Amino acid sequence: MTGSILFMLIIVLGGIAWFFGRVKASRFSADNKKRGAVHSLPNYHGWYVALWAIGPALLFLMIWNMASPALITDAALTSPAAEQLPRDPFARGAILAEARSIASGQQVQAFNPLSQSMVEPYRTAISYYRTLGMVAALLLVFACGAFGWLRLKPELRARTKIERVTMLLLLFASLIATITTIGIFVSLIFESARFFSMVSPIDFLFGTEWNPKAVAGPRGETGFGAIPLFWGTVFIGAIIAMIVAIPLGLMSAIYLTQYAPPNFRAWMKPILEVLAGVPTVVYGYFAALTVAPALRDFAVSIGISGASSESALAAGVVMGIMIIPFVSSMADDSIAAVPSAMRDGSLAMGATKSETIKKVLIPAALPGVVGGVLLAVSRAIGETMIVVMAAGLAANMTANPFSSVTTVTTQIVKLLTGDQEFDSPKTLAAFALGLVLFIVTLLLNLIALRVVKKYREAYE
Amino acid sequence: MTTRNVDVFYGEKQAIKDVSIDVTMDNVTAFIGPSGCGKSTFLRCLNRMNDTIPIARVTGDITLEGEDIYAPKMDVVQLRARVGMVFQKPNPFPKSIYDNIAYGPRIHGLASSKDELDNIVETSLQRAGLWGEVQDRLQDSGTALSGGQQQRLCIARAIAVDPEVILMDEPCSALDPIATAKIEELIHELRGKYAIVIVTHNMQQAARVSQRTAFFHLGTLVEYGVTSDIFTNPTEEKTRDYITGRYG
Repeated sequence: MTGSILFMLIIVLGGIAWFFGRVKASRFSADNKKRGAVHSLPNYHGWYVALWAIGPALLFLMIWNMASPALITDAALTSPAAEQLPRDPFARGAILAEARSIASGQQVQAFNPLSQSMVEPYRTAISYYRTLGMVAALLLVFACGAFGWLRLKPELRARTKIERVTMLLLLFASLIATITTIGIFVSLIFESARFFSMVSPIDFLFGTEWNPKAVAGPRGETGFGAIPLFWGTVFIGAIIAMIVAIPLGLMSAIYLTQYAPPNFRAWMKPILEVLAGVPTVVYGYFAALTVAPALRDFAVSIGISGASSESALAAGVVMGIMIIPFVSSMADDSIAAVPSAMRDGSLAMGATKSETIKKVLIPAALPGVVGGVLLAVSRAIGETMIVVMAAGLAANMTANPFSSVTTVTTQIVKLLTGDQEFDSPKTLAAFALGLVLFIVTLLLNLIALRVVKKYREAYE
Repeated sequence: MTTRNVDVFYGEKQAIKDVSIDVTMDNVTAFIGPSGCGKSTFLRCLNRMNDTIPIARVTGDITLEGEDIYAPKMDVVQLRARVGMVFQKPNPFPKSIYDNIAYGPRIHGLASSKDELDNIVETSLQRAGLWGEVQDRLQDSGTALSGGQQQRLCIARAIAVDPEVILMDEPCSALDPIATAKIEELIHELRGKYAIVIVTHNMQQAARVSQRTAFFHLGTLVEYGVTSDIFTNPTEEKTRDYITGRYG
């Protein structure tokens, strides 16, 4: 019997427990007709028994699955075959791992004859512990289910207890996302700390030469100066992309909220939102194959030097287009949130529509728009696919939009793809870059949310 | 300002049926009637604020000093400068007190210099009885004032473009009794300088501030006449029932 069948069996037993609990509760509900004599509906009593039956057993299986591999190995090592194993921990570990995967059926043939000899003890140990776990889990189902069933009585507050379990379940679900974020952050910090023990943070944050090497050069230079990457990121994500996205997004929001006839808005808005759902890799090859060559030809034809087929402008413009829906939908929301009394007040003063928009609506909606723009910036600087495909790899410090620049995300991809050893500064640099990116986007998001929230309060 | 046979439709539904009223310069005119009777809708016809509602349609003649305000050559921007409006809820712009008042003069180009603009702001605030309270903090936000002050700020804002008519749509319904008394006092003072039309739910208020009263019911004008007559000796039974509180 495999784990999944056991799991199904426990669930089925839980269903049966539910049924028994319900039957018992229905019976005493029928006997106690007086209002309030039975605290909860039979259904809740059913759930109460079912949770008693399933909960402890599943919890036990979870712990058992974590603990049993160590127990299995210990048991296998007590076999006579284990006497011949080498003392060296590395070789020993490799043999044991091989034996174990053969025993559990993930591997067919052993490379090392010693492993073959360990397969049999492993197989016995695995089946022994598996059976043990199963029997214990099933016993738990019956024992705890019976315990829950015996506790059923008219005045049991089953409904309140189920409510509490539901709350805990929801709390657990919400914690998973939070804990994952914290976990990612902590692992970034640890790996970055390892990196900064090899490369000075000052060199990293303020150095202007990016040419990562695994070993330091003759003058001790390491080539981990990240300024060109930060510049490239800001240049593409916060400057060029925003020059494209802010005016276009804002103006389209104004048109859609203030001027567009309702039926035009009804199909225009969804189209704009579809733009936000286009996979970034599609934007990426649009940037690399269509926009970038066109821009290079244009730059060459008007005689701009240093034009390259991978340019900051191509990546930035396409990223700006990608960001338009974000800016536009945030601006749309915040313009729509300005009370219509404000608009009427201005119109009643004899202001035209565009004067009203310019002098009253936009200033009133500004905090919301700024929040939207900050969120858009934080998205743009974390964006990867477009810049990998269209911005290039050369770490140039240049303000010429037609030349190639590189960004933090591009370099992370470059550092971590392919065969890499995970303890060289070259690879660890990716974590340090990731940490910087994480902190910057986190700050931008915090500021943006604060701004948006403050603005919402002002009108509610 | 005269209106003849005005009908207003919201889509298929007729909200105003055949209303004819003359609003005169030296009087305060009150529109009273139960909720949903069309008094606010009719008020909003007088400065074409119903234009902002796409499904609203107005027929009949509304003239301001002989000019048809719904004529194609009438510029709605000019019209609204001549017919100002104060709303139910105070709606100062989220700008400084000064900028709130200067808003109208700026868009209509009424002041050619900073001094002139300062002057307009000061006189408007004085007329609205707000100058003494705000003269030291003209740069503070208009939204930081109290409800009553905000409403007087809105009246000052309407006065600043020197209109001929001021429309007030239940200007006191969001205010406490003391602030209401101040607004009523202000309406008394403004009478004669501007034609004032006020929509109100409060019959005592209509009796206190107006010289003419129009009673609306279900989109029709039931009775229109001198306020004291309407309140003491109405000719229509419906008016009497409403005023004595038998319904509405």
